[in-house]
Amino acid sequence: MHIENLFQKLKEKDRVTLAKIITLVDNETPEGIEFLKRYYKERKESFRVGITGPPGVGKSTLVNKLVERFARKYNHLSILAVDPSSPFTGGAILGDRLRMENLYRFDNVYMRSVASRGSLGGLSSSTENILQVLEIFGTDLILVETVGVGQSELDVMEITDLVIVVLVPESGDSIQAMKAGIMEIGDIFIVNKSDRDGAEKTSEYIKSILQMKTKDKEILPPVINVSAKDDQNIDKLVEEIENLKKTFIENGIIERKRKIRKNKEVRDILRDMFIKSIDRELKIIENTKDKDISPYEISEKIFKKIDLKSLEDIWKEK
Amino acid sequence: MERKIKVLVAKPGLDGHDRGAKVIASALSDAGMEVIYTGLHQTPEKIVKTAIDEDVDAVGLSILSGAHMTIFPKVLKLLKENKRDDILLFGGGIIPKEDMEELEKMGVGKLFGPGSQTKEVIEYLKDWFEKNRK
Repeated sequence: MHIENLFQKLKEKDRVTLAKIITLVDNETPEGIEFLKRYYKERKESFRVGITGPPGVGKSTLVNKLVERFARKYNHLSILAVDPSSPFTGGAILGDRLRMENLYRFDNVYMRSVASRGSLGGLSSSTENILQVLEIFGTDLILVETVGVGQSELDVMEITDLVIVVLVPESGDSIQAMKAGIMEIGDIFIVNKSDRDGAEKTSEYIKSILQMKTKDKEILPPVINVSAKDDQNIDKLVEEIENLKKTFIENGIIERKRKIRKNKEVRDILRDMFIKSIDRELKIIENTKDKDISPYEISEKIFKKIDLKSLEDIWKEK
Repeated sequence: MERKIKVLVAKPGLDGHDRGAKVIASALSDAGMEVIYTGLHQTPEKIVKTAIDEDVDAVGLSILSGAHMTIFPKVLKLLKENKRDDILLFGGGIIPKEDMEELEKMGVGKLFGPGSQTKEVIEYLKDWFEKNRK
């Protein structure tokens, strides 16, 4: 189908078309890229909320509860949930829907599962593309759930407007190890499963770390004890999200984030193009007999060989 | 980039025996496919909504409750109504041979009975994908 037709049907809010366009950009096909190039200007910038945290802390269950609130509040809500691909087989089990029963109760909710496909930052390399399609569709709010992360998978910070870091009462000691990493990217911190022992102590500990890290002028991130399973304090979380959204818009923080995001996106695309062109040159160098030529020297040689024409060719092949 | 085969594995109906569905889901994932697993008690409506939103290539249903003559045709009908009958519907479970033949006549893909090997399912899907989606 022609991309003009796809766009037309997307504007008519056709779900089947939305899903198909997302597949095109998820696979980074030429049609998908052409679609984004042409219709980027038609997007409505939605508020993007990232949900991240270690595996098994209850991110999907929390998203399920947020769906219920936000579906009633906004015209259209989208969820993007990323699960890891196996580095060995390339396959993936995308199981976030298992805990998202509320998806099926609302017609104004669109949910998509995505495999990380070798990307290491907790998202997939196509995530930004997919979010752009959802914005062209005209969704109001997007929840982005990352792969269960450890310490340094921080891509979600660059791609969303607000980040919720989810931990559990037992996170205590490991928070120490996350100090440089996910503890630095949260705008809101959640201690989920707080019906269990130690929730209070853990949230106090998080607060003390945040106080040390937060500079005077910055907003101290709220720390909330939640039990998603029992629907405890979910309304409080929703309230904090709305408060911060308002503050971020008023202070121009969102605008700044979006500018940085666009820069990064351009850098990523360029890097991708360069790497492809380098790979091509590497094949030539691989055949060289001289074992003692240093990696730096090879790099300089390759760099001199890359010309704009070859980059352009690679782009068209994509 | 090589396009991945995307499959929805769902367990409709009221019985709670999801071992088979889980084995298939992980076998397909091990074969390099992206598998959406939705768990127990899925209605045909939910299954089709998920298939459409996730834009999957195939939907595999595991049915052990005896409700196959109701559920398969219903899913097929809903896919058609949404103009997505290009999605392959296949499945497995305890399904008598006559019923299998009847379902396949209606347009359901291959149905795998007890004793089937996971590699048969993988080969079937890869073959279908090669013929229909490339």
